[in-house]
Amino acid sequence: MANDVVDHGGAGHGVVDHGRRRFLTATTAVVGGAGALIAIVPFIKSWEPSERAKNAGAPVLADISKVEPGQRLSIAWRGQPVWLINRTKALLDTLPQVDNRLKDPKSENADQQPKYAQNETRSLKPEWLVVIGICTHLGCSPEFVPDIKPEPFDPDWKGGFFCPCHKSRYDIAGRVFQGVPAPANLVVPPYKFVNDKQIMIGVNPEGAA
Amino acid sequence: MANIFTSACRGIGNWVTDRAPGMMPMYRKHMTEYYAPKNFNFWYYFGSLALVVLVNQIFTGIFLTMFYKPGAATAFDSVEYIMRDVQWGWLIRYMHEVGASMFFIVVYLHMFRGLMYGSFKKPRELVWLLGMLIFLTLMAEAFMGYVLPWGNMSFWGAKVIISLFGAIPFIGDALVQWIMGDFNPADATLNRFFALHVVALPLVLLLLVVLHIAALHEVGSNNPDGVEIKKNKDPVTHVPLDGIRFHPYYTVKDLFGVGFFLIICAFIIFFQPTLGGWFLENDNFIPANNLVTPAEIKPVWYFTPFYAILRVIPSKGLGVFVMFASIIVLFLVPWLDRGPVKSIRYRGLGYKVALGVFAVTFLLFGAIGAGKSAEWIPAIFGASADVSGIEMHFGWFLLACYFGFFAFLWAYTYFGYEKTKPVPERVTTHA
Amino acid sequence: MLKSVIGLRRFSILLGALGIFAGAGSAVAQEAEGLTPANVRVENIASVQRGARIYFNYCSGCHSIKYMSYSRLSEDLKLSPDDVLASFAFTGAKIGDQVVSNMPEANSALWFGKTPPDLSLEARAKGPDWIYHYLKSFYLDPTRPTGWNNTVFPNVSMPNVLWELQGQQRAVMAPAKAGEDAQVEKLELAVPGAESPAAYDDTARDVTAFLAYVGEPAALVRESTGLWVVLYLAFFTFLAWLLKHEFWKDVH
Repeated sequence: MANDVVDHGGAGHGVVDHGRRRFLTATTAVVGGAGALIAIVPFIKSWEPSERAKNAGAPVLADISKVEPGQRLSIAWRGQPVWLINRTKALLDTLPQVDNRLKDPKSENADQQPKYAQNETRSLKPEWLVVIGICTHLGCSPEFVPDIKPEPFDPDWKGGFFCPCHKSRYDIAGRVFQGVPAPANLVVPPYKFVNDKQIMIGVNPEGAA
Repeated sequence: MANIFTSACRGIGNWVTDRAPGMMPMYRKHMTEYYAPKNFNFWYYFGSLALVVLVNQIFTGIFLTMFYKPGAATAFDSVEYIMRDVQWGWLIRYMHEVGASMFFIVVYLHMFRGLMYGSFKKPRELVWLLGMLIFLTLMAEAFMGYVLPWGNMSFWGAKVIISLFGAIPFIGDALVQWIMGDFNPADATLNRFFALHVVALPLVLLLLVVLHIAALHEVGSNNPDGVEIKKNKDPVTHVPLDGIRFHPYYTVKDLFGVGFFLIICAFIIFFQPTLGGWFLENDNFIPANNLVTPAEIKPVWYFTPFYAILRVIPSKGLGVFVMFASIIVLFLVPWLDRGPVKSIRYRGLGYKVALGVFAVTFLLFGAIGAGKSAEWIPAIFGASADVSGIEMHFGWFLLACYFGFFAFLWAYTYFGYEKTKPVPERVTTHA
Repeated sequence: MLKSVIGLRRFSILLGALGIFAGAGSAVAQEAEGLTPANVRVENIASVQRGARIYFNYCSGCHSIKYMSYSRLSEDLKLSPDDVLASFAFTGAKIGDQVVSNMPEANSALWFGKTPPDLSLEARAKGPDWIYHYLKSFYLDPTRPTGWNNTVFPNVSMPNVLWELQGQQRAVMAPAKAGEDAQVEKLELAVPGAESPAAYDDTARDVTAFLAYVGEPAALVRESTGLWVVLYLAFFTFLAWLLKHEFWKDVH
């Protein structure tokens, strides 16, 4: 195409410098393309959470002073239910007993909890479990079944969570059992203790991962 | 690597061409083998620029629709949400708002080119008519777009313009209420304008633009000399001697034009996004209030000439009629102008003067519609001048100039008064 | 050679258009009904910070700026969230909340005759120059319910909340023309305030800068982003021109 004489009837002047043409075309195309890509960026970023969404998703302060041992407080953070559970000693003692029935007893799946919750109790302080109340299977909210007694879905029930949708089960540290559809332990969100009476959900403790 | 890529592309291209054999010929017909006159000048940038602005309005408009909430109770707040909370929302909004005004600057210049070079004459009357339909649709689209932020000027502008339809005999009042869906511009009005502005009219515009370009390509482009390049073709190749392939010559030239145009747009968007109130009126930063009228209800600058025509006629019914007539008369130009010579370069002095007067008249009407009389008339005639009286009488004089242009054009050409210069056989360039 | 002349002519037309735009833009921006420009610079963060402090001490009791959130103030004014809450949020608001005055609307309408309007967009509706002059133009007027009047906004319902800083101004009336009311010729300072007139001018300018910022927080980044965009486009246009020039050698 580039070495056509333009059929305009007049004399074509001089020789076409193809190299220069290719260079200029390529350069303009690259610079223009880069500009077009950069121009798209604001539009793509406009889909990111707006300031309003970020404000609404800000950390939430939970008052745990009135939660008795064995009880659960449910609080909303980023549109999800976060459960703060005051575990009794009896409940904590069950944790090693169920290890061999779990898919991920050592919480090795790093996506499900911050580093400081990668321990036997999956928490900063042993008594307090902070966990997002959404089943890791398909997103239903499980029931809180804290009593240590046989249940219809498990004759050897040591307390924990039972999801009615597809029968997944979790222990009292939110760890998922074998033989159920849910693939992973319940998610522990970032949180920290502001003091003994308050937990801030949505931020990590100072100096922690 | 590059070879695999190019041969894959070629393979896909062949597969498509086998099943849709008309596609490559269409590309050739409209781009690489569309011969356009080689003497296009500055005035020929505005068609492609209009297309660029249309694409901008659609693209930024789609993104605005993702965040804007139509509804009298939510619209204003949602626009501020876009301006403050949505990441880069302010830029998307300014691009859309500045784009709207740039659309009219480009379109007015594009239309003026048509008047200068006789681009409306046979065989291009259809191109002109489709263009006029685009202009009408664009005005409706822009008007409704301005209502959407539901600022105080949105509300009062809507009220005034919709009430114009009340001037139609018999059905006027019922029509006004039907358009509004309420007794005043209200939530119902806003929501339907939203649907029309975002979906219906853009589709109509796209269709009209496609037809406009198709109609043009059927007959070929005009040029500043008004010479039909198809009259002189190479005997062997049958290519117009004064034609050059649109691609690459005009794609490359228009690319430069787009670049320069975008620099101007960028200056405005980033340094003066409301252009001091001309592109986005200050009163529209106040929420719509049906109890408080802005100090001066005036439309955005691109409607001011027509608004002035409406205002200088004391009778509402007659004013509305004349205002619409001032737009409709443009449709008739191909039949009013009986002269055989297309381009102003070879037309009689009378046409040059008349067109100049017409342009100045249009601008002066714009100044009146924008409320400049209150400033300029006392400055010229003294502080105690009767501003509305002088404005009205001067407006009548301008009306005579405006419609006089069309009457003059007809008489001048129909009765053969025009003394034209000989039109060359071939196009002239500066080379 | 002539080709470059055409290019030059078109270039200069378009450059001229650019110049007109830039000039018209700035000229129009400062028009504001004959008020002398306030020369407010939103990019001057120190000025906006001072303006914020004054605003929250004197204005926020009655006026909301509901489209601003405290968190945004913290980000843009470079103050920590704790500072912002301590210095600005007297209503017990949280950092993510919008800045809303606690004054009940019904009461304020009763006390002042009008509900104090939200000021988020005041600078965009009236322009910074208007706000600047408004803040400087209060004068004593015993005929008004608040005891104050204002030459920029005659018979305004708002009292002069900054009188302690500015001092109290008095109107000097021009001789009344026949059949008309006497007009205010100028204002003079009857009782000095805590700030000198020059210092109060700066105070008014700071509050105006703050309100200008509140009207359009994006203004902080708009111009700096624009500079890069224009530079890029100039470079791209130059390349496009070279490309056009190269191909059009075929035509000439």
